[in-house]
Amino acid sequence: MGERAILIEFEPEISENTLEKVLFYKNKIEGHYIKVKVEVINTYNSLLVYYTYTIENVYDEVSALTGLFQGTKITKKTIVQLYNIPVCYDVEFGLDLKLISREKNLSLDQIIGLHTQPIYTVYFIGFLPGFLYLGGLDKKLQISRKIQPRMVVQKGAVGIGENQTGIYPKSSPGGWQIIGNSPVPLFDKNRLPPCEISAGDKVKFYQVSKSEFLKISEEIIEGKFQFKKTGYEGGN
Amino acid sequence: MKAEIEVLQPGLFSTIQDAGRKGFLKYGIPMSGVMDLYAAKMANLILRNPPGSAILEITQMGPKLKFSHPVKIAICGALLSPKINNFPIGNNRVYKIEAGDELSFGKRQIGCRAYLAISGGFKTGKVLKSRSWFEGVTDNFKLNKTLKLPYESTNESKIETNASIKFTSEYLGTSEIDVFPGPEFDLLTEREQEILRSHNFSIDKNNNRMAIQLREIMGNSLKPIITGPVLPGTVQLTPSGKLIVLMRDCQTTGGYPRVIQLSETGMNKIAQKIIGDSVSFAFLG
Repeated sequence: MGERAILIEFEPEISENTLEKVLFYKNKIEGHYIKVKVEVINTYNSLLVYYTYTIENVYDEVSALTGLFQGTKITKKTIVQLYNIPVCYDVEFGLDLKLISREKNLSLDQIIGLHTQPIYTVYFIGFLPGFLYLGGLDKKLQISRKIQPRMVVQKGAVGIGENQTGIYPKSSPGGWQIIGNSPVPLFDKNRLPPCEISAGDKVKFYQVSKSEFLKISEEIIEGKFQFKKTGYEGGN
Repeated sequence: MKAEIEVLQPGLFSTIQDAGRKGFLKYGIPMSGVMDLYAAKMANLILRNPPGSAILEITQMGPKLKFSHPVKIAICGALLSPKINNFPIGNNRVYKIEAGDELSFGKRQIGCRAYLAISGGFKTGKVLKSRSWFEGVTDNFKLNKTLKLPYESTNESKIETNASIKFTSEYLGTSEIDVFPGPEFDLLTEREQEILRSHNFSIDKNNNRMAIQLREIMGNSLKPIITGPVLPGTVQLTPSGKLIVLMRDCQTTGGYPRVIQLSETGMNKIAQKIIGDSVSFAFLG
């Protein structure tokens, strides 16, 4: 892709299997290019190797990359982090809870139950700094995006768009159906790395009340907040 | 006292940029950095600055700036009629600034973006290892009257001549943008490919550091793709059949087909186009 990047595409599907392969090769490439400066980003089924210089001989680079892939067996990286993320599903935040309840014929408690049940997989970060693309949403909660996107979706808003769910790391225009808000900082420009959670990690949501939400918000301001996380076996 | 620039008038849109934010794409953070790498590099080179020193990127209508201490400057890129204390100066040359001097700009002659380099580079703060301004990452994202731009005052005359550096300005006037086929180019119909190869397109009013939209509607037979990586210089084809040229502040992923990828020089050229300018794509590969 141009003079500075090589795009590697896998089968066009959104699955844990594909992600496993993508992340395996991502690690391989990152391990190989320690001295040369490259950035490797992944999406559902792609790897982009971005060089900080213009590629002199693209054939050499491609054969170097394919050489890396040949004869390697995909091994699972078994331990990843599972992040427990608090979400307040109060209707004050969950602007579209009632709409979803009507359209899907689910009570608010059922919606919350279905949303906090799965262990979601972080496929990659994109769209906005710190925006996690999460897979694993329950089919019963899948709902199309708003026809008219909102001009402003609040920072921390938790939303659903088709088969995806996620958290807006900052206020921005957005078309997802909003069901709650999470106070946790997904992007901190003053921290290195600026995002704690990365591709391949797992996420589980848990419900908090409005007062707990405010308490966590205060902890974040005071710098006392820490993510609740545990090792998770069988990750990608 | 610290050497700094006072902003008397902000002009249309100016930002501090350097070589960009490297190593943060995987967190969804745009690269940013100068839109026209060639002009910015030349301006720094004329002053013997390290390449990638922070520079002021000035769009179409320049600001009016006042310098507190002596320093050397150079301007490359678009011709925006620069003046020191109201006395017209040229691009591509070193000028010595005295304390209290005012730099202003007048009528745009050619190009869109001019680059003001200062010896030693601007010393505005770094966020995530870069001085490039970007809304949501840096506190400032646009030059305004309340800002002061710090720099290092220099009096010694290290630069005796700039005769050895020649700025090639022909690219400012060219409408041919050098490109490569994008990942989804081959999925287009022959007719769509032919349109991309042979038609003229024009720059839409929606053009900024994130993306430059083209006005013409060329149609689109392709479905959206599974969200995939995009880069500065990636040209997306929207469902409505419009082309969007992603630029330095673009998102890191996108779901529209990526039909074209601009070359580095192609990006420099399109960065110098303004609303209504005509462009065509010259395929290199």
